[in-house]
Amino acid sequence: MDMTQAIILTIITAATPLLLAAIGELVVERSGVLNLGLEGMMIMGAVAAFAIAQVTGSAGLGALGGLLAGMLFSLLFGFLTLTLVANQVATGLALTILGLGLSGMIGESFIGLPGLKLAAIEIPLLSDIPFLGRVLFNQDPIFYISIIAVIGVNWFLFRSRAGLRLRAIGDNHSSAHALGVKVVRTRYLAVLFGGACAGLAGAHLSIVYTPQWVENMTAGRGWIALALVVFASWRPGRVLIGAYLFGAVSIGQLFAQSRGIGIPSQFLSALPYIATIAVLVVISLNRRMTLINTPASLGKPFVPER
Amino acid sequence: MRIELKKRDGLSSLFSVLSPFIALGLTLIAGVILFLFLGKDPVRALYSFFIEPLTEVWSLHELAIKAAPLILIAVGLSVCFRSNNWNIGAEGQFIIGAMAGSILPVLFHGWESPLVLPLMMIFAMIGGAAYAAIPAFLKARLNTNEILTSLMLVYVAQLFLDWTVRGPWRNPEGFNFPETRNFHDYAVLPRIIETGKTHWGFGFALIAALVLWFVMRRTLKGFEITVLGQSARAGRFAGFSDKKMVYFAFLLSGALAGLAGISEVSGSIEQLRPVISPGYGFTAIIVAFLGRLNPLGIVAAGLVLALTYLGGEAAQISIGITDKVTRLFQGLLLFFVLGCDTLIHYRIRLVLGAAQKGSAA
Amino acid sequence: MSGGDVTTETTQRPLLETRGLTKVFGSLRACDGIDLAIAPGEVHALLGENGAGKSTLVKMLFGVLDPSGGEILWKGEPVRIGSPGEARATGVGMVFQHFSLFEALTVAENIALALDGNVPIERISEEARRLSVEYGLPLDPSAHVADLSVGERQRIEIVRALLQNPELIILDEPTSVLTPQEADKLFETLAKLKAEGRSVLYISHRLEEVQRICDRATVLRHGKVTGACDPREETPSSLARMMVGGEVPQISDAGLGEPGEVLVEIKRLSAPSRSPFAVALRDIDLTVRAGEVVAIAGVAGNGQSELFDVLSGEVRVSDPAAVTIRGKEVGRRGITERRLMSCGFVPEERHGHAAVPTMPLTSNLILSRHTSDRETFLSGGPVGLINTGAVARVAKRISEAMDVRKSGEDPAAGSLSGGNLQKFIVGRELDRKPLVLVVNQPTWGVDAGAASRIRQALIDLAKSGSAVVVISQDLDEVFEIANRIAVINEGRLSPPEPARTMTRERIGLLMGGFHDGTGQGHAEAIDAH
Repeated sequence: MDMTQAIILTIITAATPLLLAAIGELVVERSGVLNLGLEGMMIMGAVAAFAIAQVTGSAGLGALGGLLAGMLFSLLFGFLTLTLVANQVATGLALTILGLGLSGMIGESFIGLPGLKLAAIEIPLLSDIPFLGRVLFNQDPIFYISIIAVIGVNWFLFRSRAGLRLRAIGDNHSSAHALGVKVVRTRYLAVLFGGACAGLAGAHLSIVYTPQWVENMTAGRGWIALALVVFASWRPGRVLIGAYLFGAVSIGQLFAQSRGIGIPSQFLSALPYIATIAVLVVISLNRRMTLINTPASLGKPFVPER
Repeated sequence: MRIELKKRDGLSSLFSVLSPFIALGLTLIAGVILFLFLGKDPVRALYSFFIEPLTEVWSLHELAIKAAPLILIAVGLSVCFRSNNWNIGAEGQFIIGAMAGSILPVLFHGWESPLVLPLMMIFAMIGGAAYAAIPAFLKARLNTNEILTSLMLVYVAQLFLDWTVRGPWRNPEGFNFPETRNFHDYAVLPRIIETGKTHWGFGFALIAALVLWFVMRRTLKGFEITVLGQSARAGRFAGFSDKKMVYFAFLLSGALAGLAGISEVSGSIEQLRPVISPGYGFTAIIVAFLGRLNPLGIVAAGLVLALTYLGGEAAQISIGITDKVTRLFQGLLLFFVLGCDTLIHYRIRLVLGAAQKGSAA
Repeated sequence: MSGGDVTTETTQRPLLETRGLTKVFGSLRACDGIDLAIAPGEVHALLGENGAGKSTLVKMLFGVLDPSGGEILWKGEPVRIGSPGEARATGVGMVFQHFSLFEALTVAENIALALDGNVPIERISEEARRLSVEYGLPLDPSAHVADLSVGERQRIEIVRALLQNPELIILDEPTSVLTPQEADKLFETLAKLKAEGRSVLYISHRLEEVQRICDRATVLRHGKVTGACDPREETPSSLARMMVGGEVPQISDAGLGEPGEVLVEIKRLSAPSRSPFAVALRDIDLTVRAGEVVAIAGVAGNGQSELFDVLSGEVRVSDPAAVTIRGKEVGRRGITERRLMSCGFVPEERHGHAAVPTMPLTSNLILSRHTSDRETFLSGGPVGLINTGAVARVAKRISEAMDVRKSGEDPAAGSLSGGNLQKFIVGRELDRKPLVLVVNQPTWGVDAGAASRIRQALIDLAKSGSAVVVISQDLDEVFEIANRIAVINEGRLSPPEPARTMTRERIGLLMGGFHDGTGQGHAEAIDAH
């Protein structure tokens, strides 16, 4: 494996959790719900995946556990914002605070333990393609899932009737309700899907990216994923591009740190966060595009009248 | 079975008062379940968590010291949240404020004068406000999402503090420890009373809460804040500027967070370290909501949340449970507060599924 | 609930019948024991004022709301309509008043959303195209709804309903958003539907229309049926009595003298659209004098609210001379400065623009008058203390002057009915006796009694020497109160003409963008189509 391949491989690994979390959130936001608790769901996914992998000795079961933990957490969010119509922004923050606290407690006994790593799956034939084969087709299963999720979500949103209904709810939930579309139920499903993606993204961190448990190991990735959705103006393809750009930035700064190029490491570590702000600024320069693409009922409460 | 909400005509004044208490009660119940699950005696655990810290004078002072930054930040945030500006970067403004306020005692440590302390406070407020001005500017000018930008700036501030303390501001006589030199006597915030540790940070918090309570309740400015938060369009109709309000809310809360930062540093730590806050800026969000965005309610809520910090430490020592329980309690509390607030706006009714055909719903 | 009506059984079994249908919201009985029978192949009118319970009734028929009591019979059999999907399956189609359309989606996608099953979008487009040709409702299935006019949007709703091949079509106030010419087209479509043997339930508060196209009418008031009749055998005033429950006071414009000095002058006013969904204002000229009411008619969404925002100063324009009030160029001045020049403003949207619904009436009084009445309402200089006592006194004075009915001394604005809140909002400005008053849709969604009171108050203000601009979609209102009438269309304003010489047909043409050479820029207006 040459240097370029290695770099691309690490970029992909760094980008996968961002991509997966963002694609889940994209579906949630397309349905008109703003779940700011991505960070909380991811960290729960990370700790659950690590713990279950430790206990069962199976990284695969760990990944599944991470996914379920994310879903369970998103269900909490759904109950508060969809059933009790609580403020979505505040509830998302609550989810993050709760997730960071609970994961810290669960994970305390796992600190310092060597983790299990999810094995890569080599896809026959395709992995023999020169250069790209080793990079793209000899990867961990969560990477494959993230790519399938992008393609699947794109198909679902723009080709399927259920996806059309979901977009309609995000555009105007009152009209959708008047036509008989099940607003709350659809949103619950979207929120659960977002939770599953975030949980799996968190699992990727603790059983693929750095197989160990470190407190607060998501380090703001949930928030970056939220920014990616805005950056992508709610389009799956653009989320993919954005996630890999961010993967490149974070690998680039790690690379620069290891080379010791004379810039303090803290400044380099701050780079992904500053890049997030820069990206948000750039995207808001085109106000018209943001206005057109933002789901019109995003973040607004809905109480069905019967 | 499903839950149905019916909008009330107005707000329920009963539940406006009651809902924080219901939330506290639910949190305690959750605590009992949690401690049982951990195999601890729940009565003993809750006692050491919530009662023990209140039984000794020194720990009451600790309570006031911990509550001070929470209250200061949260009253600022209440103005933000009421005016629909989601500043969740108070933690960063706290740090930058503390750093700006520390310029004099760290870099100009030779200058010892009674002027130092007031200047430190002013520098800190300017620093916190300036840091909050970044997301405010981006929101007002470009409509950039302030939640994400203010939050990202927290990470940047933490890294910046880390670099400063390990690099240029490191104490030259400090055996390479990552910390600045200790503040001289003129740079230390005095105690309110001789006998206890409580410093003037708590005084600032009470003053800020009282002033903002008066502003919100009786003045046109308070009216403007509320109107713009309820409806930006109606606010514009009233001749209020939503853009100016973005700056007002962010600068005010940034300044108060900065003041909280320097009060903590000069009142308690007396030097800068890589980490100066156990997440006060985030916990203050919970304080603001638990206090129902009312400055006086926030004083009470600040004391409750400060108690969870102390209780966590106490419980760790006395019954050997991890102090991570604190964060968990805080998160749960916010959850229950938000859930209970529904009672203020809606009547809640449980509907049994039997009457409904196609009971998949 | 036993027995049933034998006479209708024998003559003709109704397609749809309701018996004692009731809907209760909290303490409000929105529908109270409604009996209604619609025969096959008839156009049946449901008449009633705003708030009479018409919309609640049809929402129950279409499965959007669950009835609290009573029953619905379809072809003589009791049915339970639990959802719009079930309504469609039964054979009921619905055209909503506030369209249930999705701006971000295409016409075909909008139609697909109302169809159950999984017919491919392409097939739906084709079918929609065929139906739209058949019924004379031209539509482009691939267009985005955001780009369409109100009339076109209604066509989508109708085609969407027709695709289900319904036996009963419900139309909720369909002409309130149409030009007179568009309304005529709609009536042709309805005649065609009737000829095919379908039934139509036609909801309206416009008597003339109902008399023209409906076979039978059921009249609602305060949630109860107050009459069932053949509208052609009634007079407009007898129908109005059934609707309102008494005589509505006639509006008197006696004493309106010759207009005086110019108070408002708009010169070559242009403003770019502020969002992708807003209308740009183009080259608007208008002069309003003391002592006159100038009405601006037009179909919704043609720049009315944009024009209001520019007149009020909520949106400033770059050219200071574009808006002149009382001889002073104010294009770049804000709403507060204009209020200080004795201007009053009443926006269209009550909730969240003219008033904050969660706040009490006293707070909503401060909303528009905190600076103009600074001396009374505030004290403490720069601190700006609110004198709650003074504010409460003025709020009481307004409520009494305008007969605002409310529960309690100072209730939340949102708890008032539309009519009463509107009376308060208009009264809030009239109480200052402004020299200039700009009102957007003064009686939209307001009951007849309150509407007539508001219109009279506007005329009285003009009589006392103020200049009044009324932006309104309601042509009856426009003719009732205006001295001069202008029409807004796609952000352009036709030159105002005296109300005496204006006709409905002419307004209809102007609403459609056809100017006839009296105004400038008519050529572009036609080009735009």
